[in-house]
Amino acid sequence: MGSGAMGSLLSGIFTPLFAAFMGLFERPMGWAQRRLGQSKIAWLFLAPNLIIFGLFTFLPIILNFYYATTGGVKILPEDRVYVGADNFKELLTCDDYLNPNSCNKDLFWKAVFNTGLFVTLQVGFMIFFSLITALVLNAEIRARGFFRSVFFYPVLLSPVVVALIWKWILQREGILNGWLTSLGLDPIIWLLSADWAFFWVIFVSIWAHMGFYTLILLAGLQAIPKDVYEAAEMDSASAWRTFHRITLPLLMPNMLVVLVLALIKGVQSFDEIFVLTGGGPGSATLLIVQYIYETGFSVQPQLFGIAAAASLMLAIVLLILTLAQLWLNRKSVDG
Amino acid sequence: MASRTSTAMSFLTRTRGRNGPDWTDWLCYGYLLLGVFLMFGPVIWVTLSSFKSEAQLLEFPPTFLPYGQISVEVEGYDDALPLFEITAGEHAGKRLAQIRRIGIQAQMVDPADPGERIDIGINDRTPVREMTFAWSNYTDLFEKFSFMRYFWNSVFITAMATIIMLLFNSMAAFALSKYRFKGRMTVLVIIIATLMIPVTIVLVPAYLVVAKLGMLNSPWGVILPGAATPTGVFLLRQYMLTIPDELIDAARMDHASEWKIYWRIILPLSAPALAVLAIFAIMWRWNDFLWPLIVLSESEKFTLQLALNSFQGDLNTQWHNLLAMTVLTLLPITLVFAFLQRYITTGIANTGIK
Amino acid sequence: MITLRATLLSSSVGLAALSVGAAEAQEIRFMCYGDGNECEVSQDILDRFEAENPDIKVILDKVPYQAILETLPVQLAAGEGPDLARVTDLGGLSEYYLDITPYVDAGYWEENFGETLNWYRKGADDAGIYGMMTQLTITGPYINKTLFDQAGVEPPADDADWDSWAAAAKQVAEATQTPFPMAMDRSGHRIAGPAISMGAKIFSDDGTPAIVDDGFSAMIEKFVGWNQDGTMAIDVWGGQGGASYQDAAQEFVNGQLVYYFSGSWQVGRFDEAIGDAFDWQVVGSPCGAGGCTGMPGGAGMVGFSQTEHPEAVAKVMDWFAREDNHAELIARTKNVPAHAGLAASGIDYPDVSEQAAAALGGWAQQVSKLSPVAFAYQGYPGNRAMFNATVNRVTQAIVGELSVEDALARISADVEEAVAEAAK
Repeated sequence: MGSGAMGSLLSGIFTPLFAAFMGLFERPMGWAQRRLGQSKIAWLFLAPNLIIFGLFTFLPIILNFYYATTGGVKILPEDRVYVGADNFKELLTCDDYLNPNSCNKDLFWKAVFNTGLFVTLQVGFMIFFSLITALVLNAEIRARGFFRSVFFYPVLLSPVVVALIWKWILQREGILNGWLTSLGLDPIIWLLSADWAFFWVIFVSIWAHMGFYTLILLAGLQAIPKDVYEAAEMDSASAWRTFHRITLPLLMPNMLVVLVLALIKGVQSFDEIFVLTGGGPGSATLLIVQYIYETGFSVQPQLFGIAAAASLMLAIVLLILTLAQLWLNRKSVDG
Repeated sequence: MASRTSTAMSFLTRTRGRNGPDWTDWLCYGYLLLGVFLMFGPVIWVTLSSFKSEAQLLEFPPTFLPYGQISVEVEGYDDALPLFEITAGEHAGKRLAQIRRIGIQAQMVDPADPGERIDIGINDRTPVREMTFAWSNYTDLFEKFSFMRYFWNSVFITAMATIIMLLFNSMAAFALSKYRFKGRMTVLVIIIATLMIPVTIVLVPAYLVVAKLGMLNSPWGVILPGAATPTGVFLLRQYMLTIPDELIDAARMDHASEWKIYWRIILPLSAPALAVLAIFAIMWRWNDFLWPLIVLSESEKFTLQLALNSFQGDLNTQWHNLLAMTVLTLLPITLVFAFLQRYITTGIANTGIK
Repeated sequence: MITLRATLLSSSVGLAALSVGAAEAQEIRFMCYGDGNECEVSQDILDRFEAENPDIKVILDKVPYQAILETLPVQLAAGEGPDLARVTDLGGLSEYYLDITPYVDAGYWEENFGETLNWYRKGADDAGIYGMMTQLTITGPYINKTLFDQAGVEPPADDADWDSWAAAAKQVAEATQTPFPMAMDRSGHRIAGPAISMGAKIFSDDGTPAIVDDGFSAMIEKFVGWNQDGTMAIDVWGGQGGASYQDAAQEFVNGQLVYYFSGSWQVGRFDEAIGDAFDWQVVGSPCGAGGCTGMPGGAGMVGFSQTEHPEAVAKVMDWFAREDNHAELIARTKNVPAHAGLAASGIDYPDVSEQAAAALGGWAQQVSKLSPVAFAYQGYPGNRAMFNATVNRVTQAIVGELSVEDALARISADVEEAVAEAAK
């Protein structure tokens, strides 16, 4: 096959290059290993990542702590005024915590509630559909490569393009309403009703991201050894039972990866939704990252203090979620 | 190798490949075709729309294919005249060319009989159209700015960032999955905790750090900050945990250095996870917008995404150029994907045997 | 390793070459964004500048508008950024501007850009020259005249109020089965003109913002009502959230909108996209207790004080201010001149239809109707926060998340907070 030949040609070039490059570090790393010993050398492996991570992720987060305790609209840390916990107080003052309109920062609370609902629904449905798609793609079908690419393709699109496409489809006189009218139904202004807008925001973000998770789950399915199923077939186990007893448990490690990644992406959701609805109608699809981005950066006045305080609270919630997840993960591995 | 594909799902779909297709097969293919329609349709639509002229893009309701109004040469008129089909009145059914429109009346002429002028109400005519491709959306781009430079900048940033990210992340993941050392849990928790912080919310402090390091307007200011992604470390570590420790112990018996164990044993065995991460990194970097926007302000350093968005103004967006640019931006990553996805499959197949 | 060292070597050689070049010519950077051909026309004018000033090299960086709005302020705060830029938040960035008074003929600038020079100043006692309007805009309405003709409705007179325009637009829409009688761009800047016409004062007597008053409330109440009863196309405001901008040009171009409240910048686009499809006209802003005013606005060219070559920057700005160059810029970008001399002599717009030329003339006439309140609002450094609060909260009232009363209270609170934070 042509592509196979090309592949071997490429790996023929790539492999020696890779080996030569990696070989460069052989001596220094060997020397370090003799000096440090076998277990401390782990830090050397971690070093490049930790340095970059520390400079560009950790340090900014620390700076954010400082911003959270300052007020004013100045950008540089040294120009800002210390206000203590005022920003947190401002964000957390509510007459009734279940009614965002009664809060000092009503939009922050709207965003918190919206994000909670969005992440739950989006992650739930996305994993469901990714699993179904992965199962179908793993079945005995023709043109599997093609279909797999099709489901993955939207992942390649930039968020702006994704939002743009769906904006056209969903607009008052877009293609979708054209179909509705031709079926004799009344057209619906999709992004004007809070419920529909929320539905579409979830739909579009599943559309744009499920291909990636499908791929991970498909990889997991294909790694399940064939003989396990042959044994099940001999025991004439029912399809559902086989799925429940064999496929799902063996797929669990992949499911966990998918769940963690999907949750992270879900909480971070911003670009597509921002371009598609701008958080509207009103504040119906306003999510927490958009709130932080608008408050602190894109919309005047730039209230960095409030934005930083909100992002810290977000970070704390996420930290708790992550630790809970790690704990569950460990439990499921051990038990 | 080929036969292994016929396993996992067969029990659920009851397909045995012996009795011909049954209803579950139809369900499968139905689902897949719906998928093709849902996933591919919009992308095809963007491609087709990129061939529409500025005025056509504003049209309501939008047409699927790019259409343009036909113009005809009529004797006695210098410019070609737009052609209309008459829908009502005594001339219904005729195709007439419009000379000019005055208020709600249109002065028209029959191309076959250029001498006579006919007045038609503007609601009694519809334009006669045919498919036309506005290639100028594309040619404009190459004339207006140095597409190849932006393309190169994007390729450089994407390639360097991906390579560095794969290298650093896999080293860190190796350390975190195969060594037991003091502080391992702390590092892991910090990495996973920050996994969820989107760049969007630390934009300003991160910018100040990059500015202090003198990396503004340099590709490295874009490449390095994203090279240590917690996501990558997490993904690779999860995968490396599944590689049996016996392999490493055996290598140590043979006096292999730790570095050799890393690149000779662990890296090749992690190929599928690396490939997935590579795809992730490539499309992530290629589509990255907000961070390059803040770091790069000199246009010769711009990436394709930045150039693409320079068609967005305050009060107006030039959609026709933006869409053409979108398609051009999409092409390379589509090709990379079409190429890499084969490697993923073989990578997965190879490790699947174990 | 060898290749790595070679790359390092060659790049440092490259750097050395660059710094040698910099000593010979002053290099300045102009950050430009465009709604249409603004940057291309500027480039042509700059080419001639460079031909006359071989010692100055101006590099034009065309950036997305988002870069001007969001990242430029951060860059400037960190002491980075370009030497020149085309900006829209004229007052908000005033602390970073370069005063070009020492380098230019201040008399010429005062005489020709007199009124708009204030928009760039830090306060009342500031007399510096910081920038020039390269795109002066005025907000106001367009009508689809053909639809009025088809319906047999006479457009209301120049001094008509909002209610009579709304009634007329509705009548036309019904008669011609057009889906939308009226629409307004989703922007706090757009609705400010009508509010001022209704008597809104925006500021208290001591000059501090006091945005919500009877006139403002009356306009907001009307506007929300019109959105809810179908007089206004509700998707434009209601379909969005936050401060995102949304126009209704597409609906107008397609002949689906009778009355469109937007602004002078649409002329070029309408001329191109509508062509001969229907007649469109600029009509004056509807009148009320506060006059018949729109809002002035637009984009200006400014230099930044952190530049290493202030004189060169001033030279470039002065070049753009020169009557012939400025006339070319305004004519080719199809804008209304902010330059008094050009406004008096009139601009000769090349390649525009009669219709568009008439529209541009119509906009020029609107300048004299602008209320002093509108000028004050446009010149207030913190106005962006006020526009954004308006758009955000009024939308919430339109979609029913807040009552009009609550929305107005939230606008006041948001603006107060912005003022308080800015004072810290």
